[in-house]
Amino acid sequence: MSPSLNQYVIEGSTGPWEIVVGLEVHAQVISQSKLFSGAATQFGAEPNSQVSFVDAAFPGMLPVPNRECVAQAVRTGLGLEAQINLVSRFDRKNYFYADLPAGYQISQFEHPIVGAGVVEVELADGSSKRIGVTRLHLEQDAGKSLHDQHATKSYIDLNRSGVALMEIVSEPDMRSPEEAGAYLRKMRTILRYLGTCDGNMEEGSMRADVNVSVRKHGEPFRTRCEIKNVNSVRFVMQAIEAEAKRQVEIWESGGTVEQETRLFDPARGETRSMRSKEDAHDYRYFPDPDLLPLVLDENWVAELKRGLPELPDAKRARFVAEYGLPVYDAGVLVAEKETAAFYETVAKGRDAKLAANWMMGDFFAALNRTGRTIETSPVSAAALGELVDLLTDKTINGRIAKEVFEAMVETGERPGAIVEAKGLRQVTDTSAIDAAVQAVLDSNPDKVADYKGGKEKLFGFFVGQVMKAMAGKGNPAMVNDVLKAKLG
Amino acid sequence: MSLTDLPLSAARDGLRRGDFTSLELVDAHLDAIEALNPRLNAFITVTADQARDEARKADAARARGADGALLGLPLAIKDLFCTAGVRTTAGSKILAPFVPPYESTVTANLRRDGAVFVGKTNLDEFAMGSSNMTSAFGPVTSPWTTSDNRRLVPGGSSGGSAAAVSARLCLGATGTDTGGSIRQPASFTGIVGAKPTYGRCSRWGVVAFASSLDHPGPFARTVEDAAVLLGSMAGFDPKDSTSADQKVPDFAAACRQSVRGLRIGVPKEYRSDDMPPEIDALWQQGLEWLRAAGAETVEVSLPHTKYGLAAYYIVAPAEASSNLARYDGIRFGQRRDGVDLDDLYERTRAEGFGPEVRRRIMIGTYVLSAGYYDAYYLRAQKLRALILKDFTDAFRSVDALLTPTAPSAAFAQGENMDDPIKMYLNDVFTVPANMAGIPGISVPAGLDKAGLPLGLQVLSRPFDEATGFAVAAVLESAAGFDTLPPLRAGAAG
Repeated sequence: MSPSLNQYVIEGSTGPWEIVVGLEVHAQVISQSKLFSGAATQFGAEPNSQVSFVDAAFPGMLPVPNRECVAQAVRTGLGLEAQINLVSRFDRKNYFYADLPAGYQISQFEHPIVGAGVVEVELADGSSKRIGVTRLHLEQDAGKSLHDQHATKSYIDLNRSGVALMEIVSEPDMRSPEEAGAYLRKMRTILRYLGTCDGNMEEGSMRADVNVSVRKHGEPFRTRCEIKNVNSVRFVMQAIEAEAKRQVEIWESGGTVEQETRLFDPARGETRSMRSKEDAHDYRYFPDPDLLPLVLDENWVAELKRGLPELPDAKRARFVAEYGLPVYDAGVLVAEKETAAFYETVAKGRDAKLAANWMMGDFFAALNRTGRTIETSPVSAAALGELVDLLTDKTINGRIAKEVFEAMVETGERPGAIVEAKGLRQVTDTSAIDAAVQAVLDSNPDKVADYKGGKEKLFGFFVGQVMKAMAGKGNPAMVNDVLKAKLG
Repeated sequence: MSLTDLPLSAARDGLRRGDFTSLELVDAHLDAIEALNPRLNAFITVTADQARDEARKADAARARGADGALLGLPLAIKDLFCTAGVRTTAGSKILAPFVPPYESTVTANLRRDGAVFVGKTNLDEFAMGSSNMTSAFGPVTSPWTTSDNRRLVPGGSSGGSAAAVSARLCLGATGTDTGGSIRQPASFTGIVGAKPTYGRCSRWGVVAFASSLDHPGPFARTVEDAAVLLGSMAGFDPKDSTSADQKVPDFAAACRQSVRGLRIGVPKEYRSDDMPPEIDALWQQGLEWLRAAGAETVEVSLPHTKYGLAAYYIVAPAEASSNLARYDGIRFGQRRDGVDLDDLYERTRAEGFGPEVRRRIMIGTYVLSAGYYDAYYLRAQKLRALILKDFTDAFRSVDALLTPTAPSAAFAQGENMDDPIKMYLNDVFTVPANMAGIPGISVPAGLDKAGLPLGLQVLSRPFDEATGFAVAAVLESAAGFDTLPPLRAGAAG
C-alpha cells in the first residue's frame, strides 16, 4: 500500500519518507512547594531566594515527598485516561553538574507513578487521532547555570532546584509536525484544565524533548535522534521538519544516522549535535535509599478522580449537544478553560449560537487587536451577554450592535448605558418608519420610477437611504416591510 | 571518688540530690579531655566554653525546678551529626571548614532533654572503617593497651566516641552503625553500644554514608545508661521518610525485666573453626549466664549469613558513591579550583577524600554501572532480602539471638591496613543486623588473654529493643565486667 495522498512525507531523491515522532514533555507541577522540600516555587523570584538546605544538598539533609505534587501527578494521569500505579518508586539518576547539588536527580526510572494513557488530537482536516502516552513520572528539576553574567565565572541559581516535574512520554505515534504540534497543544490544554501545570513554554514551565526518525513506508523504525529542550510549539514543529530532512539526506547519501542528542537552533532553523552515544552518561540509576516506595491509597485516587474538572473533550461534546454548536466552533471555544467558562456565562439562557458567533467574531478580533487575553478582556462576559440580550429583544439591530460593541471595548461601559447615552435604541415606531420611508421616496422620484420599471436592485439603495435618515436605528425588518408595501 | 567515675545514671542522681552541680560535673570531664585527648585524639573539636555555658544554664534550670532526663549531663557527639554553629567534619578534609547552620534531629532530641555537649568525636572518614585509622584528623588511640604497650585501635567507625566513653571523658556519646560502627568499637573498648531498629532514630542531619544501613545509636558505660540515651535520641521524625512512626517504650525499665522463659537463639553459622577459642568460650559462658537466669537457649540457622559481608560491601559502597557526590566543592566545604568544572571536581575530590573513601566510591560506582548493576547491586539486594528472611524465620521460634560482637579483640594501629578484605572481616558478626535493620547491643563480657575487652552481641526483633536491653542487662550483671582501661580520667599514666 502506498501512502495516502494527504499523508505528510519528506520527498527525497529516492522517493517519499515517512517521519516518526515521539515527545517527552517536561511539565512543571503547580504546587506551593518543591517535590521533596518545603521551599517555595514562585517563578521570577530573586536568584537563590527559594532554596532550602535540602535543595542545596547540604550534608545530612533528606527528601520528604510533597503530597500535593503526588496528587497533581495522579490528577494528570487520570486526565490522560492512564493507569495509576498504586505502588511506584523513586530512583536516583547520578551525574555531576554544577546546578545539580546532590550529584543526582531523584526521578522514577523503573516504576513510574502513571502508566499507559492516551491523548486525542484534532487535526486541521477535521480528523482526529489518538496518540498513546507511554508513562508519566515525577522527578526533580535541576537549578540553572548562568554562563553570561561574568567573564570567567558561571553563576548558579538554585531556585528551580527540586521543583517537581512531570515527565510525560508519548509513544512514537506522530507522523507529521502538525500532529506533534496538535499533541503538544492538546497536552497543554489538558494540563491547564487540570490545573496541574500552567503550560507556559516561554517561562520554561513546559518543555519538550523531541524524538525523530524517518523511514520508508512500511519499514520498521530506523535510528532516532533526540532534540533536547525545545521551548515552543512552533519550534517543535520546525525542529521536526529540519531534523527529518537532515536524516533523509544522510540516508540518501549512503550514510547512517547515529543515535545522539541534538539541539535546535531556531535562528538557523537547524539541529546540531550536543553529545553522541559514546559520551552519553551512565546514570547509574538505583532506588533512592532515602525514600520508601510511594504507596497510594485507592480511595484517595478515587477521591481525586471525583474532584477532576470537566476535561476539554467532554466539554466540547457537551457544547455540541447542549448549545447546538458545530464541532469546530465548540473545539475553538474549549481550547482554553477560561474561554469556555466565559462562553458559558454569555450563552446561559440566551441564543447560544448567536453568543458563539459574537465570541468567535468581534470579541476574539477585539482581543487580538488590543493585545488582551480572556482574563484581561475589556468586555466582561456579563456585558457581552447583555449586548446579546439587546439584540435578541430588538432594542438594537445588528449594525448598531457592532457600534455598541466597539464602544464597550473602548470605554469598558455596559451596552445598555451606551445605547441610552448615544440614543441608539432601535426605532420600531411604525409611523416614524413610515414617515422616513415616505421622505426618501418623495425626494427620489426618478429612482422610484426606475424601480417600478424593473430595476429591482434599487431596493437596497432605498433601505440604505432610510437607515441613513434614521441614523441606523430603524428596525431593518420593519423598514423592508414598509418599503415593499409603498413601492407596491 | 572523682566525678568522672560516675556512670550516667549515678551522675544524674547526684545532680538531682544536689551533691554537685552540672558545671562541676562538666568541668571534671573537660579537665579529663584536656589531659587525655592529646594521647587519645578522641575529639576533633572540643566545645569547652559552650559546654560550660550550657552547664550553667542547666544548673539555673534545675534551680527553677526543671529536671530533663539528661539535664546537665556531659555527652560527646560523633562528628557525623550536624550541630548548629559547631564545625562538623565527618572525619574528612573535604568537610574540614563546614559549620552546619542546623542541628540533627538526634542531637536536638538530646538537647531537648537537657544534655550538654563537650565536643565532637573523631571517626573513620565518612564512617568508613573499622579501626579509626582513616580519619583525616589522625587515628584515635584506644585507652586500652597491651602489656607490650602497643597503641591499639578503638575500633570504628565511631572510635572517638567509644574511646571517650571508655576513658571517662564523657558520660555517654552518640555513634552511628552502618555495618557495626557502634557495636564493634564498644566491644573493643569495654563499653556498651546499642544499634536500634532502622527507623528508630532519625537520620536527619546525620552526614550520610549508606542511607539504608546507617543507624544512629548510643554508647554508655552501662546497659541502663545506653537505654536512657536511646530513649532520648529515638522518636518519629517527619523530616526523615524512613523514620518509623512507632511509640518509644521505656528502655530503661526494660533493663530491669526478667529473661525467665525467654528463648535465646544461637546461630550455628556464626561458629567457625578460625574463631579464637577465648571468644568461643566467652560466647558459651554468655549462654550459660542466660540459662542460669531462666532463659532457654536453642540453636537456630541463619543460612544466608555467610553472604552478608559480601552483599554489604556492594550495597554500602553503592549508596555511598551516590551520597558522597554532593561533596563537589561548589556550595560548602573545601574547594580546589581547576581549569574547568570537571577539573575542579577532580582536584577537589582527589584532595578532599582519603584512600578508603575513594576506594569505596570507586567500588560503588562500578557496581551501579550499566552492565554490572544486575550482577552486583541487584543480586546483593536479593541477598539482603534473604538475610532479613533468615532473621524473620528465626524470630518465629526465639526472642533474641546471642553472638560474639567481633571476631577478635582490638588490634594494633597499622595492623590489617595492607589488606582491606581482612579489615572488612571485622564486621562479619555485626553486618547482618544492618542488612536486616534489626536492633543489636554489644555488652562487655570478659577479657582476652592479653587483657583486652571482648563483647557479646544481643540481637532482637525489629522494634523490640526492649528484649535486647533485658538480655544485655542480665549478661552485664552476670559478667560483672569492672576492668578499667589504663588511660582514663584521673589515672592518666
